[in-house]
Amino acid sequence: DDKLLSEPLSHPDFFNVKELFSLKDLFDARVHLGHKKGCRHRFMEPYIFGCRLDQDIIDLDQTMQHLQLALNFTAHIAYRKGIILFISRKRQFCHLVETMAQECGEYAHTRYWQGGLLTNAHIQLGSGVRLPDLLIFLSSLNNVFEPHVAIRDAAKMNIPTVGVVDTNCNPCLITYPIPGNDDSPTAMELYCKLFRMAIIRAKDKRRRSEVFDDLQ
Amino acid sequence: RLIYTPTAVQRKNVGASGPEKYTEAFIKKQIEEFNLGKRHLANMMGEDPETFTQEDIDRAIAYLFPSGLFDKQARPMMKHPTEIFPEQRKIQWGEDGRPFHFLFYTGKQSYYSLMHETYEKVLNVQKYQDQLTAQDLTSQKEKRNLAGSRWLTKIELEEMLLEKLSDNDYLRFIQLLQKLVTLPCGDIEEKYIQKFSKEIPAQLQKVVIEPLKYDERGVAFSTGEGTRKTARATAVVYDNGTGKITVNGIDMLHYFPVLQDREQLLFPFQFLDRVGKHDMVCTVSGGGRSAQAGAIRLASAKALRSFVTEKEAEFMRQAGLLTVDPRTKERKKPGQEGARRKFTWKKR
Repeated sequence: DDKLLSEPLSHPDFFNVKELFSLKDLFDARVHLGHKKGCRHRFMEPYIFGCRLDQDIIDLDQTMQHLQLALNFTAHIAYRKGIILFISRKRQFCHLVETMAQECGEYAHTRYWQGGLLTNAHIQLGSGVRLPDLLIFLSSLNNVFEPHVAIRDAAKMNIPTVGVVDTNCNPCLITYPIPGNDDSPTAMELYCKLFRMAIIRAKDKRRRSEVFDDLQ
Repeated sequence: RLIYTPTAVQRKNVGASGPEKYTEAFIKKQIEEFNLGKRHLANMMGEDPETFTQEDIDRAIAYLFPSGLFDKQARPMMKHPTEIFPEQRKIQWGEDGRPFHFLFYTGKQSYYSLMHETYEKVLNVQKYQDQLTAQDLTSQKEKRNLAGSRWLTKIELEEMLLEKLSDNDYLRFIQLLQKLVTLPCGDIEEKYIQKFSKEIPAQLQKVVIEPLKYDERGVAFSTGEGTRKTARATAVVYDNGTGKITVNGIDMLHYFPVLQDREQLLFPFQFLDRVGKHDMVCTVSGGGRSAQAGAIRLASAKALRSFVTEKEAEFMRQAGLLTVDPRTKERKKPGQEGARRKFTWKKR
């Protein structure tokens, strides 16, 4: 059992997430498109490649690295049977995110966030709840263009976060930020596909390792 | 993952956790105990355990544990656990702590999953519509009867979902359903929509005018009932008569010495110009002189409806002959001498 959990940690890319995407895929899904220069957040400047006709372009090389780290981390969490919660407050993609979470066997929250959900969970959700072990933000702003409350709450409750940060977002409190576009449908579908494949791969591997151990 | 909580907070706040949640195992155990107890009770009462119904149980308990308490719910009772423990949400997560429902962390899982499903139906309908337009086929539009049905009320929806809803949530859901219905190809999801709509029974109850009955001599007659204050009257109006009216076996002239009461009795006949054409036999009880007259008037008017055309019946209704007079004696209030009369006001 110990070997089962410690073995993946020795490899840098145990689940081989690098092969799930390529730079061309990101470019075709328009992940590099940011918002206008006026919307730029100060802390996103390191991730921005440049500005063309007032529109910010995100550096896809950095995005590749961050995405690889984030997918690897998600896969490890899924391998260790952690609870993953997908959050997105974009009304366009609410249905997409919920269906994706259902297919993975994980959880989603694309609705109005009630204040004490994480911090007051024992009263609001029932005593003895198990909180999520990872929050994945597919858009880290809420409908009023402010940082989502869950980022701050997860930091308070020591829950690691993975988040897609656009040029107008604050990447500070997110443990694994992924600089990228969160407004295009193609980009969102790409992220959903990647996360789903990573989680399913990790779960399959875990099941196979358990069966292998049981046989021995 | 260490979460620091000060010791003061760790003390259980009993009231804050809400009503007690019952696990499935607990309810199952209660059901087994109930069935076992039922058999013991049957043996105690000397009856057959196999055919021991709930009424027998109630009687047995009332016999063994007699109680003089006024509130029936406070007396000892032995009912099936599903009736005693309110239907609630059992614990929402499994052994390893993972919740069963994928929207558990939203707080309102049933409501949001309902919205999710309904939105999926809307998307399906839109896709189907697009397919039809791509093949240049026009859909058959069958008008759904909007007047004959209503949506579920908020309380009914809450009962269905076992969750509290806010007014805004309910409104949003109804708006989504209406959007689904108004889409051209909404008929595909008819079955889904029927889960949330209810038939309104026809509200207008047309008053049925009874047909004429014939007695042994071949004379047509009809009956009517009337009330006024505390008086109850039944009247039988016969055709081909001479205008004779009998009340409780006594002639009208003797029973009602006052002219005003006799006028009230004759008013329906006068209105229809049938003063000397009908005989009437009535029985009346309760009330006073005037009330009995009014009750017989209403009863005779109702009886005459069968003899008369619809137009004349409508005239009768508009004249107020067919309306029950709702006025009754107003109660006396404390601090006053009568219903309205106050005690004499003394300046000092």
